[in-house]
Amino acid sequence: MDNLVEIRDLRFCRGSKVIFDGIDIDIPRGKITAIMGPSGTGKTTLLKLIGGQLRPHRGSVRVDGQAVHRLPIRELYRLRMRMGMLFQSGALLTDLNVFDNVAYPLREHTGLPESMIRKLVLMKLEAVGLRGARELMPSELSGGMARRVALARAIALDPDMIMYDEPFTGQDPISMGVLVQLIHALNQASRLTSIIVSHDVQETAGIADLIYLISDGRVIGRGAPSDLLQSESAWARQFMQGLPDGPVPFHYPAPPLERDILGGG
Amino acid sequence: MLEFLATLGRSAIGTLQRLGQGSLLLWHMLGGLGDLARRPRLLLVQVFSVGVLSVLIVAVSGIFVGMVLGLQGYNTLSQFGAAQSLGVVVAASLVRELGPVVTALLFAGRAGSALTAEIGLMKATEQLSGLEMMAVDPVKRILTPRFLAGFVSMPLLAALFSALGVIGGYFVGVGLLGVDDGAFWSQMQAKIDLHDDIVNGVIKSLVFGFVCTWIALFQGYAALPTSEGVSRATTRTVVHSSLAVLGLDFILTALMFGA
Repeated sequence: MDNLVEIRDLRFCRGSKVIFDGIDIDIPRGKITAIMGPSGTGKTTLLKLIGGQLRPHRGSVRVDGQAVHRLPIRELYRLRMRMGMLFQSGALLTDLNVFDNVAYPLREHTGLPESMIRKLVLMKLEAVGLRGARELMPSELSGGMARRVALARAIALDPDMIMYDEPFTGQDPISMGVLVQLIHALNQASRLTSIIVSHDVQETAGIADLIYLISDGRVIGRGAPSDLLQSESAWARQFMQGLPDGPVPFHYPAPPLERDILGGG
Repeated sequence: MLEFLATLGRSAIGTLQRLGQGSLLLWHMLGGLGDLARRPRLLLVQVFSVGVLSVLIVAVSGIFVGMVLGLQGYNTLSQFGAAQSLGVVVAASLVRELGPVVTALLFAGRAGSALTAEIGLMKATEQLSGLEMMAVDPVKRILTPRFLAGFVSMPLLAALFSALGVIGGYFVGVGLLGVDDGAFWSQMQAKIDLHDDIVNGVIKSLVFGFVCTWIALFQGYAALPTSEGVSRATTRTVVHSSLAVLGLDFILTALMFGA
């Protein structure tokens, strides 16, 4: 299969903590791939490694055949123009209004005349349903709207790929539904390659073509959503079905209850 | 004892490391000056927020410091019958020392802390990361204009401080205490030297502007991206800038007037 991103034997540490210990991940072109796992497994870190904001300690990250961590800065920036990233917080520039935020990458990189930029920005805002909100400042937007503006900004340069960092976290059911539908529609309409990092199983499994489950720095499971729900791995089943107890125990490691309560001390 | 040495070594290495990071950041910022020449608007916006918005506090402080100088100077000078030299005393103290130094201290508190908080919060809210992912260099686009704005604004603010200070001194000395109007201005005109006093004062405030803005931007850029991290960085900006200004002032004064 044709892969846009290929990660091989990736190892990454923060201080003495090993975040990834030799993982292999392939992101197929034109599909929605989800990277899932419990909080704190370094899913966001993975996106930063793909975007070249962090460097791996071992192994390689290739995007469209180019080793991201070995690119000179100019080449890396050229590659980033073909990647969009939707941050969890939206990461909108707080001193610019919605219109100028979406126009920002166009003004920076294209040199198009202002009349053309206006049309493009309005089209992108129309796609996320916020053409009418173009005069608002980021502080006046709800969390879901901020994410949609950030999405419009991420697709402003018509990238080949978009990375979504926890797009569903902290959203009410309506804006969650809107985001799920938007991500799906964008992927269908422009044959984008999408990478979703998330731990919202329901929403993500609903639109993903392929899911990677990551825990403790390793890939625990890989496959289509339906396969993982029926997975042989007890861990994968616990995660996908959201069971409170299983291979990941409910209790934090502790001495036996009897000894703690009756043992005095 | 060994532990003490280890702690000492660790903190020395830590300091050197930060100094190195700060120098790299400075180099990176200076690399953005070419880009900035093509987008002068970015600089203008920052000169407004760093410089113009500091005008009020600098102006009010300048007037009061000048008035106090007039009062104190008159009391001392009149004991030697030299009250007519009040203009020289006020102007020289302001142009040589108080103008650059007090302005720099006020600048660190007003503009420096704001710069650190702004950059630190932009980092904490992923705005800097977001720019990087849009293939825009955040150091060149966000930090460089602020750096240049601080560097340019400081001497102008110091000049304003000194000018208003002289007027404050004039108001107290001539207006209230009865020093001769003509003597106040003519002695000042005769004794204040363009090179020795004014140029040296401007050099001082250029150095202070450079150092204060650099410290503020580095602290913001290196801040931990949490509310506690940003608050600590803001405090460090004010403390480090103030100490740097006072220390550098001594060195510069020794170089300029020492021999």
